[in-house]
Amino acid sequence: MKELVVISGKGGTGKTSLLAAFASLVKRKALCDADVDAADLHLIMDPRIKERHDFESGHAATINLDTCTQCGLCRELCRWDAIGEDFIVDPIGCEGCGVCYYFCPEKAIEFPLKTCGEWYLSETRFGPMAHARLGIAEENSGKLVSLIRKEGKKLAEKESLDLLLTDGPPGIGCPVIASLGGATATLVVAEPTVSGRHDMERVVELAAFFKVPAMVCINKFDLNPDMGQAIEVFARERNVTVMGRIPFDPVFTKAMVQGKTIFEFDDRSEGSKAVKVIWENLVKGLETSTCWGQS
Amino acid sequence: MIISIASGKGGTGKTTVATNMAVSLGGDVQLLDCDVEEPNAHLFIHPVINEVKTITTPVPDVDMEKCNLCGKCGEICQFKAIVVIGETVLPFPEMCHSCGGCMEVCPEKAITETGRELGVIERGSRNGLEFVHGKLRVGEAMSPPLIRKVREYARPDVLTIIDAPPGTSCPVIASMKGADFVLLVTEPTPFGLNDLKLAVGAVNILGIPCGLVINRSDMGDDQVKIYAEKENLPILMEIPFDRKIAEAYSRGEMIVEVMPEWKEKFLKLYQQIEEMSFHKNH
Amino acid sequence: MEKIAVSCEEPSLDSPVDPRFGRAAGFLIVDPDTLEFSYVDNGSSQAMSQGAGIQAAETVCRSGAKVVLTGYVGPKAFQALFAAGIKIGQNLEKMTVRQAIDKFKAGEVDMATAPNRMGHGA
Repeated sequence: MKELVVISGKGGTGKTSLLAAFASLVKRKALCDADVDAADLHLIMDPRIKERHDFESGHAATINLDTCTQCGLCRELCRWDAIGEDFIVDPIGCEGCGVCYYFCPEKAIEFPLKTCGEWYLSETRFGPMAHARLGIAEENSGKLVSLIRKEGKKLAEKESLDLLLTDGPPGIGCPVIASLGGATATLVVAEPTVSGRHDMERVVELAAFFKVPAMVCINKFDLNPDMGQAIEVFARERNVTVMGRIPFDPVFTKAMVQGKTIFEFDDRSEGSKAVKVIWENLVKGLETSTCWGQS
Repeated sequence: MIISIASGKGGTGKTTVATNMAVSLGGDVQLLDCDVEEPNAHLFIHPVINEVKTITTPVPDVDMEKCNLCGKCGEICQFKAIVVIGETVLPFPEMCHSCGGCMEVCPEKAITETGRELGVIERGSRNGLEFVHGKLRVGEAMSPPLIRKVREYARPDVLTIIDAPPGTSCPVIASMKGADFVLLVTEPTPFGLNDLKLAVGAVNILGIPCGLVINRSDMGDDQVKIYAEKENLPILMEIPFDRKIAEAYSRGEMIVEVMPEWKEKFLKLYQQIEEMSFHKNH
Repeated sequence: MEKIAVSCEEPSLDSPVDPRFGRAAGFLIVDPDTLEFSYVDNGSSQAMSQGAGIQAAETVCRSGAKVVLTGYVGPKAFQALFAAGIKIGQNLEKMTVRQAIDKFKAGEVDMATAPNRMGHGA
C-alpha cells in the first residue's frame, strides 16, 4: 500500500480541491484528512460517519483549591505562567508538563488525561475516509495527525486498497512533520507567487530532511508564468519532479461551493484537463518510488 | 494596541491585509510576522534587516559523572524526552518541551540546561515601519516558543500588527493571546466559512473582540455574510477578486503600491478597529 | 548465549515477526540455545502517539535481552537500544520468530549500525 501526502507549505494553494479531484480519478483508494486543525476535505467528500472516537492526548493540571495551601511552589516552577495568583490554572496556557503536579507538597493538583478532539472513520462516495477534528485551541495536533494516518492505513488495508490519499496541513511544523514520516511520497502544491515560492522551498527542504520523495505541481500557473518557471527550475535543482501546471480556473471555487470535485462539476474544464495530466504523472511517480509506507 | 490578523484557513490574505494596513499607517507601527513556519510578510515589506538572533529553548544536559541512574527524570518527563536505559541516560532534545522538570527532580543535580535551536528572529525596518519576524528552523516541530519570543518585541507605545499563522491550534493561540483585537481574513467559500467558524471559536475562547475582512468577496457564495450577520460579526472590509491584485501579489507587490486609492480603505479599516476597541475598553 | 528479544504478533515461536519494533504487539524473549521463551506485552507502546519506540526499547532493556530481531527500528528507538548496548537485527519481517532466531544463530543476520527508516512523527 502506498501513501501520497499532499502538502503545500503555504496555505490556500488548492491542496484539498486537488486531492478531492484525484479521488475522482482513481478507483481503489482510501482517503485521509490530516489537516486536523482546519479540516475541509469532508465538505466535498460528505462522509457518512460510521465510527466516532474521542482523541485523548496529554494531560492538564487543575488545582484543588480546598487542599491548596497557596505555598506558591507551583507558580514558581511553572514555566508557562499558567497558574494565576488565585491558583487557578489557565487551561490554554498549561503545557501539560506535570511539573506542578509532581512537586505539589499538598498533593492538591490533579493531572487528568485531556480529550482534545474527535476522530472518525467514514464512508464516502469515493471510498473509506479517516478524518478528525482537533478541539479549538488544543495542542498535540501532530499526535492526532499520526493517529489519523495510522487509521487511514488500516482502512485501506482492511479493504485491500493500494493507495491512501492524505490531505496534509500547511506550514512546516509539528503537524506537517507528523504527516510526512513514513509516506511513500509527497506532492507539494505550489502557487507562482513570491510567498508560494518561499514556502515551497522550505517545505521541500523539510521533505528532504525527513527523506520523503517530493514532487511538485503549480496551481494558478498563468497568474505569474515567470515565477512558475522559477519554481520549476528550483524543483529540478533539488531533484523534485515537476508533475505539471494548472491554470487559474474558477471551476475550483464553483465546484467547492456545490460540494463537488472539479470532475463532478465539469470534467472538460481547463482545470480538470490539467489535473488529469498531473494525476497520470503521479501514478508513474508512485510506481517508481522506492520508499514504501508499510506501517 | 495589538491587532492580530488571523484566518483559520490558509491563503485567504492575512499577509496582504497585515502588510497593506501597516504600510498605509506609516510611522509608529510595528509589524510582527508570527507565521514562523512560513513567514511571508518580508517578501512584501522588503525590510532592511539590522539584527539577527538565534533563538534556543532549554533542553537537558546530563553529567554522567554525577548521575546515579535513579530514573526520576524519565519518570517526570511527559514527553519521553529523557530516558534512563541500561547504564546511561539518553535525552531526546527534539522532543523536549523545556519544562525543566527533569532538572528540578534530579537528586544528584546532574542535569543542567543547554539549548536547542528553534530558529532565528530578524528585526529591521522600512520607511519608519518596524519589522520583526521569526523563522522556524526546518525540521523543528515546535513553533509556539518561537512565536512567544517574536511577541516579546511588541512595544506598548506603538501599534503592533501581528500576522498570525493559519489554523486554530497552539501556534495561532500563541499569536492571538493578549491581543486587543483580532481581524479575521476569510474568503466566501465553503472552506473559508468552515475554517472561519473554527477561528471565531478560538477568538471567543480568548475573549477578544473581532471583525472580518472578506477577500475575493465576489467569488463563491453568500454564506459567509449570512454567518457574519447571524453571529454579529462586523464586516470591516471587502476586497473583490481583481486579477491585477493577484498578479501584483505574485510579484511581491502590495495593493497600495499598485492601486494607491486602497490606502484610504486600509486607513479606514484601522479607524474602525480603533473605534471598536475604544468602545470595548471605555 | 545471550537472550534475544523478537518483535512478534502473538506469544508463540511460530508467530510472524512483527515488522514494527516500537509498535510491535509484544516481544518474545528467547533463549536461543534452549528456545525457552517468555512474552512481554507491548500494548501500551502501541497506543502511544509518540515515544513508542523509546518505550519499547526500555521494555526490551528491562527484559535483559542483549539482541533485538525485528523488521525495522526507528531512529529514536535505535538510539535508545544502542545506548543500552543492545544489538539490532532488522529486515526480518515475513518470517516466523523461530526462523528469525535460526537465521541469527546461523550468522545470517546483519547487525545494524544505523536506523533503517524515518520515524513517524514529531
